[in-house]
Amino acid sequence: MTLSSLPAVSQAQAPGLPGRAGLGLKHEHFIEVLETSPDIGFFEVHAENYMVAGGPFHHYLGLIREQYPLSLHGVGLSIGGEGRLDRAHLARLSTLIERYQPHSFSEHLAWSSHGPVFLNDLLPLAYDSATLQRVCEHIDQVQSTLKRPMLLENPSTYLQFQRSTLDETDFISEIIRRTGCGLLLDVNNVYVSCINHQRDPQSYLDALPLHAVSEIHLAGFAEDTDSLGDRLLIDDHGAPIDNAVWQLYEKVLAQVGPVPTLIERDNQLPAFSVLLAEAQQAERYLAQVSP
Amino acid sequence: MSLQDDFAAALLAPEQACPDGLFSSNGADPASRFAVYRNNVHSSLINALAAAYPVTLQLVGEAFFRAMASLYVQAHPPTSPVMSEYGGALAEFIQGFEPAQSVPYLADIARLERLRVRAYHAADCQALDQQAVLLALQGQADLGTLRLQLQPSLATLNSPYAVVAVWAVHQTEGGLATLNPWHPQGALVLRQGLEVKVFAIDPGSVAFINSLAHGNALGTAVEHALEASTEFDLHQCLTLLISHNTLTHLHLEQKVSP
Repeated sequence: MTLSSLPAVSQAQAPGLPGRAGLGLKHEHFIEVLETSPDIGFFEVHAENYMVAGGPFHHYLGLIREQYPLSLHGVGLSIGGEGRLDRAHLARLSTLIERYQPHSFSEHLAWSSHGPVFLNDLLPLAYDSATLQRVCEHIDQVQSTLKRPMLLENPSTYLQFQRSTLDETDFISEIIRRTGCGLLLDVNNVYVSCINHQRDPQSYLDALPLHAVSEIHLAGFAEDTDSLGDRLLIDDHGAPIDNAVWQLYEKVLAQVGPVPTLIERDNQLPAFSVLLAEAQQAERYLAQVSP
Repeated sequence: MSLQDDFAAALLAPEQACPDGLFSSNGADPASRFAVYRNNVHSSLINALAAAYPVTLQLVGEAFFRAMASLYVQAHPPTSPVMSEYGGALAEFIQGFEPAQSVPYLADIARLERLRVRAYHAADCQALDQQAVLLALQGQADLGTLRLQLQPSLATLNSPYAVVAVWAVHQTEGGLATLNPWHPQGALVLRQGLEVKVFAIDPGSVAFINSLAHGNALGTAVEHALEASTEFDLHQCLTLLISHNTLTHLHLEQKVSP
């Protein structure tokens, strides 16, 4: 490890989420979680899955919330959208936050809605000053409506825009400076994007305001090739965390200290014990940097 | 056209070219990378439909369902980030989808599966105590003016096909041999506690429950039930409703319908 001599710069630990490993909560695992009470730092849920009136999802999340810290992670707010933020969606988020009092709320640097259509994917942005202005206004609106700071997640991308005038890292740094939001550092997204865009992951990390990292995401990717036969990594949350991502994570922790770390798995869901083992692996890395 | 106009339009239409203004840092054809986004959008939406309509899928097979769902996604992309609501128009789409006509009951199976998803996520509502309901019914001199309010999860479906029997036979392995789908059947869908339940009911019961749900008094609902079927059995239908905790309010005085 080459960067272990750098001082820890983290000063924005999540307000409340413990500096431990957490897991994405899937409905397939509700009962097992309640029956086995696994030793886990926190759970994270996708906010949109709980935007329903009643039934089992609220029943089980309510019970699990009584035992564990909770991170609420939005996947549908379309903060990078050209249009206005959906006020009805913001209101639904407010209602969920009121109900479950999560320790953290996060969303993505991406867009997913366009006009009346929701595209159900995290789509890339052109990094120019107009987009920067718009994203900052949207984050201001989110933070004032929800009456709390939010965390913004760095994206995984497959393409770049000729219109972009800023590096992604400068774009993110400026958002954090202007809005005061925190950074949800998805280390898998860093790795995926850097491979896809021929950038060195470490230099990408060095260009980010790591002092603002309040949560880390780790996940697996799928591997494809583009028209030149070059590696094209796809952030599919459907595989175990890659060794390269673990190594990058270890380097990040050396810089930021024991930041709450989420293991994400949304596709090809394995047994809960498999996810728990990945969380335990993350906790071993966290222990190395804990005071 | 804005940048996101172009991008969104090209995502939804598989034949459309990759938008202008994109590049890959290694010089690869941007279309080969735009394809990742297009595939994410389409496959995630098709997967959402497959998860919400498992018996519909089984009836036509994975390949047929995914091809049909792909056309549905293009014709009816989601209009909300709340994905549990996505696919509400699939049954109507199937009804008009020529290649699916060889399975005439497919659209009604999709309707039934949609009711199950809605029941699963419907609002929680405290049911009346069963004994209290029975006592109230027995003590009421003029039952005809009574109004019964039902759980928000409850819904019915009338089908010219044995929609509940077809659905039920796909809940277990094997066992297709004796199924006769070619007779009419009504369906009652409700959530009792955390569990969604499906019952086969007669057309009289469907009419009765729908009439109650419209706010009609018991007497009027019985009239509607008997118009639908002279074999309607009030006692049996009320027993079904009460024993599955579907009643949330009894209004003993006449009230104006909403």
